[in-house]
Amino acid sequence: MNPHPDLTSSVIHGLGWYYLIVFFMNLYWTVRSYKVDGEFASGVPVVGGLPVAAVWACISSVLLMISVAHFTGTGSPDTFMIRLPEFFKNPVDAFFADPVVYFLGSVSLFVFMVVFREWWVKDSVAWSLLQASLIFMGLSMSDYDFRQIVGKPDNVPIVAMLFIVAFLTWIYFRRATDNDRRVAEGRPLFEQEDNEKVLVWPDLVYTELICMILLTALLIFWGIGLEAPLEEPASSVKTPNPSKAPWYFLGLQEMLVYFDPWLAGVVLPGIILGGLMAVPYIDFNKAGNGYYCFKDRWFAVSTFLFGFFPLWIALIVLGTFLRGPNWNFYGIYELWDVHKVKAANNVNLSEYVWSLFGGVPTGSDILTILKRECVGIVLVLGYFFVLPPLLGLTILRRFFVRMGVLRFLVFSNLILWMAVLPIKMVLRWSFSLKYIVGIPEWFFNI
Amino acid sequence: MSVGDYIRNSQIWRSVFRHPAPTDRRNRVVVMLTNFFLHLHPVSVKQQGIALSYTWCMGGITFFLFLVEALTGVLLMFYYRPTLEWAFYDIQALRDVQTLGIMREIHRWGAHAMVITVWLHMYRVFLTGSYKPPREFNWVIGVLLLVLTLLLSFTGYLLPWDQLAIWAITVGSNMARAHPFLGGEGPGFQLLNMGGYDLITNASDAKFLLLGGRFVGEATLNRFYILHCVAIPVVVSGLIAIHFWRVRKDGGISQPL
Ligand code: HEM
Repeated sequence: MNPHPDLTSSVIHGLGWYYLIVFFMNLYWTVRSYKVDGEFASGVPVVGGLPVAAVWACISSVLLMISVAHFTGTGSPDTFMIRLPEFFKNPVDAFFADPVVYFLGSVSLFVFMVVFREWWVKDSVAWSLLQASLIFMGLSMSDYDFRQIVGKPDNVPIVAMLFIVAFLTWIYFRRATDNDRRVAEGRPLFEQEDNEKVLVWPDLVYTELICMILLTALLIFWGIGLEAPLEEPASSVKTPNPSKAPWYFLGLQEMLVYFDPWLAGVVLPGIILGGLMAVPYIDFNKAGNGYYCFKDRWFAVSTFLFGFFPLWIALIVLGTFLRGPNWNFYGIYELWDVHKVKAANNVNLSEYVWSLFGGVPTGSDILTILKRECVGIVLVLGYFFVLPPLLGLTILRRFFVRMGVLRFLVFSNLILWMAVLPIKMVLRWSFSLKYIVGIPEWFFNI
Repeated sequence: MSVGDYIRNSQIWRSVFRHPAPTDRRNRVVVMLTNFFLHLHPVSVKQQGIALSYTWCMGGITFFLFLVEALTGVLLMFYYRPTLEWAFYDIQALRDVQTLGIMREIHRWGAHAMVITVWLHMYRVFLTGSYKPPREFNWVIGVLLLVLTLLLSFTGYLLPWDQLAIWAITVGSNMARAHPFLGGEGPGFQLLNMGGYDLITNASDAKFLLLGGRFVGEATLNRFYILHCVAIPVVVSGLIAIHFWRVRKDGGISQPL
């Protein structure tokens, strides 16, 4: 028996139900599409004149067949055909099993989301994206290693969160682009139409009641269906590999790859929280208070989304699903092999610099240390103290004028802090840079 | 007279609710003003302000989950002893022996869900610009609630006392050791000394304070138990009360001017 079977009969059965649900979703969409989408333009070859719904009908029937195949297959699970082929998995693992590709990919996705917002919020586009990701999930579940990590009880909420966040972001961009158009055309905002006062009883209390009942039901089903994990009793001598913090802190744990704990675990979280609290006091823009919009607040929203998606959610996903033993990076279909070695030979900035001048100065007195690290220290001080005024006089002048000195300094420092992680990432990947300032003698490494 | 009407007109019913059923406009107003729980709400609101597609109901859901956690948490406390000897086995018994066996599941999944919904609530508040004047301070209170929600979840993570628990907390609390000045391995701790003696050592630093020892051990379990079951929930309840009060005082849920 294969100890790591990609498919077992219970998995096949479960996937059968899964595809059945996806089939019903698309059946609904076929009907909807028949009512609202009309026909393909008659000029289009082959499908010209056909209702758009025909495409959805085809997709639905394929899904139905796939689902039925899962229920009726009689052979051994090893020979079941509907699974991800190796020629798909291997390149995906080889290409994506790399923090550089992953991070740049998540940044590109973020840019795409903001720039092409008008396009992807359209009903049919958003629906297609959703279906694509559902089918991707379904197919991937036929892989043993993927199932191992995604199906961990504590990881299930993260998968759910991804879908919910995507859905809510869709709502946001949909309403924001709608309101942007309204503002441009001088029409009232969506929120201003039909905005009469209504009584809280019944309008709000009933919504709340229904909400509570549904949530209670959800929690009960979830509680029955998925057992809370309980591993072996605690033992202070058996260190698990990898040792992971709770999932919501994995973004911070990922920062440990690039920064020492005093930065990744204390200073940066502090700055994140301080920065969040400062938001209302540095955003002087009056537009967009109490309604969804993008254009009039594009800077604030983009900054926030950048912090939320590539720098928080994507790092949590990275830490949860892609970091394995020894904090190595593993592809989504890759076995967590403890022996995977990754040569890490990172070099301090001072070593780079002094190799030009005949070797790093040695000695542990203060002056030698400062001399050794002088380039890094100047860079860091310059970054936090010289750059803000420079920015204020040049590209961020508009902000400086509106904000005044103090607010601008706080604002620009926060923006610079936000950029610290991507900067260090890029330096690490391109120059194998370990520390910009490296003073292990004082536990002071940047 | 139907049974329902009979009950609603009885002296007992009226002593509790003090007014007839909220079926007409007047009594729908009165119910909001006289009922303790309902008086958290105003009597009337703007229609778009309570639209699901506007608030996503995320603040409300977070609050509901907090209540669920409080309830299931109290039930769990009946079965759980925070000692090295018992913690793990009490949790294990919950699954195998006790009748209300899914209380732990509901408590754990509810906690995960609450972390997610509190983020999503913040996300919504940001996207609708609801932190702008006059609601700046409520946003600040919100950020505090966010931190405390995470800490609640974090402190609870240790209590099952299994491998998952202690190592996650070990990883997390190692950060405290690196606290600048206050951690035994953080930059600048050497500066805090008196007459040549370091004030900050690994028996007196921030990590020690958090764990009640150098390692995650019995004292840590006790500390986290108290933080998780008493200290943080009390503070969170207080802040939620202020948060709700401020939502009302700042003019209700935000709407375009
Ligand atoms: C335990 C955590 C929290 C609870 C129970 C909670 C609850 C609520 C509720 C019920 C509302 C009414 C509107 C709505 O449901 O959206 C609200 C509004 C608000 N919340 Fe929270 N909240 C929490 C955390 C936060 C956080 C993390 C933030 C931001 C950082 C925040 C900022 C706000 C603001 C500014 C409002 C006013 C929004 C408006 O008027 O549109 N809250 N909160």
